[in-house]
Amino acid sequence: MKEIVVISGKGGTGKTSITASFAYLGGKDVVVADCDVDAADMHLLLKPEHLQAENFYSGVIAEIDQDSCTSCGECAEICRFNAIPVANDIYTIDPLNCEGCGYCARICPVEAIAMNSQNVGDWYVSNTKAGNRMVHAKLGIGAENSGKLVAKVKNEAKNIANETEKEFVIVDGSPGIGCPVVSSLSGASFAVLVTEPTVSGFHDLERVYQLVKKFNIRAGCIINKADLNPQVTEKIEFFLEEENIVHISSLPYDEIFTEAMLEGQTIVEFGDNALKEIIIESWEKIKNVA
Amino acid sequence: MKIAIASGKGGTGKTTLSTNLASYLAENEKVVLVDLDVEEPNSGLFIAGQLVHEDDKYKMIPEWKLHTCSLSGTCQDVCNFHAVIRLGMEVMVFPELCHSCYACSELCPTSSLPMVPQKMGVLRHYQKGHLSFVESRLDIGQEQAVPLISQTISYIDQEFPEDVIKLYDSPPGTSCPVIEATKEADFVILVTEPTPFGLHDLQLAVDTMRELNKKFGVVINRDGIGNDGVLDYCHIEKIPVVARIPSDRRIAELYSRGELIYTKIPEVKQQLLQIGKYIKDLQIGVNE
Repeated sequence: MKEIVVISGKGGTGKTSITASFAYLGGKDVVVADCDVDAADMHLLLKPEHLQAENFYSGVIAEIDQDSCTSCGECAEICRFNAIPVANDIYTIDPLNCEGCGYCARICPVEAIAMNSQNVGDWYVSNTKAGNRMVHAKLGIGAENSGKLVAKVKNEAKNIANETEKEFVIVDGSPGIGCPVVSSLSGASFAVLVTEPTVSGFHDLERVYQLVKKFNIRAGCIINKADLNPQVTEKIEFFLEEENIVHISSLPYDEIFTEAMLEGQTIVEFGDNALKEIIIESWEKIKNVA
Repeated sequence: MKIAIASGKGGTGKTTLSTNLASYLAENEKVVLVDLDVEEPNSGLFIAGQLVHEDDKYKMIPEWKLHTCSLSGTCQDVCNFHAVIRLGMEVMVFPELCHSCYACSELCPTSSLPMVPQKMGVLRHYQKGHLSFVESRLDIGQEQAVPLISQTISYIDQEFPEDVIKLYDSPPGTSCPVIEATKEADFVILVTEPTPFGLHDLQLAVDTMRELNKKFGVVINRDGIGNDGVLDYCHIEKIPVVARIPSDRRIAELYSRGELIYTKIPEVKQQLLQIGKYIKDLQIGVNE
């Protein structure tokens, strides 16, 4: 089983539309994982029907039992996160600031602080309209995205792929270079980098590729909106060659991304269009090189 | 007045709005622009200023002292993040997992885990006319953005105590980095695009801002593509639509080259003017 992770560094490059197209093309041969749990959008195109829904608990958060608290203030003194404000001699926990380290609970002389496990979101196993299984999640509002929910989604998808003997897991990764991306990338067989020829797109590609390199993952690149700025496209192509990154394909700037999205469709099912062939070829190429 | 510019979905135009609005407002008054998207900071690509200050930023992590350690295992027991592990006769620290809570260090019976600084990124401060621009970038391999965001905000608070317009270009999403970047803001501008993805992620961002009890408004970028879903939603939810920046390939091309847009495209300047007026009204309390 091979794990193909699609990432972009920068948002808005077309990553999710392209990943959903691959999922559609892969059909029954693939399991899909939406690891962009912070702002998951792939379900809008793949229309999954939930087979299973589970709560996800991760980390803990402090709670002060006001009846036993003696207001000695030791907890607030050692808290490095300003998570224990005091007003009128009453100490409380600010849940947005609490990191769940548990230091306060350990040193409270009257054991008035409990560390409660936190429901940080839900995850689902679904059937999509493309005939594949999809694992996806919804992070709770303001919850910490430590990468644990991402890892959960990915591992469930891998388990399903192994059990049902599927060839590929396709992962829609998260933006940035922090914990969620690290979780998305760990264990990947191949990374697909979706970029655009803008100074920001190129800048973010270079940064996220350093991370991919650190993990020793082979990579390929899709340049979306390639005709928007031929000079930057050329720079990106040069960068790909220098770094030995497979140039999978270049897509022209096209409103079809938005039009297909409005219909809740992937680009490859949205009638005949200029991008369809390129995306089909891209998927074939990825299957061969991954 | 602190204004955070945020969005659920990435790539909707936060940086475009932040850099153009900051430059436009700075034509007439002092403005501070802060790039808090420390994982992928891009504002600097559009603002060329004079570097006035550069600072390595550190987070504190424990460092094991072999000679005094009694191998009590307390450090491992008290670390909720599995960042300190005792393996046989050795204690190992995993800095990328450490949240700098100091529990292992201060609860160690033999004080064998003093906290030492570890570099996590760099802060740079540029000046261009009335515009002060500050950005922080996280080192590759560092996983936690929040401590760097928090230190950047502290720098701004110290450096600019006066009440000028401060724009915070925030990271995408709805989780901890966004909350850190927006929690001190007086007003949050949510940038979205009029598409199903844009609407879906806007709803998540709105839920987050309501949870934080923030005042917020929406700027629709690439107006004209997609459908009326975002407008209808804002109308039903009584969320002010502060401006609508038109969809225009010329904008995409200027952006792709790292250029400011409002100086070339009058329709964009018109929208910035409208946002500027909205901010002025906020300052005197008209939009309360």
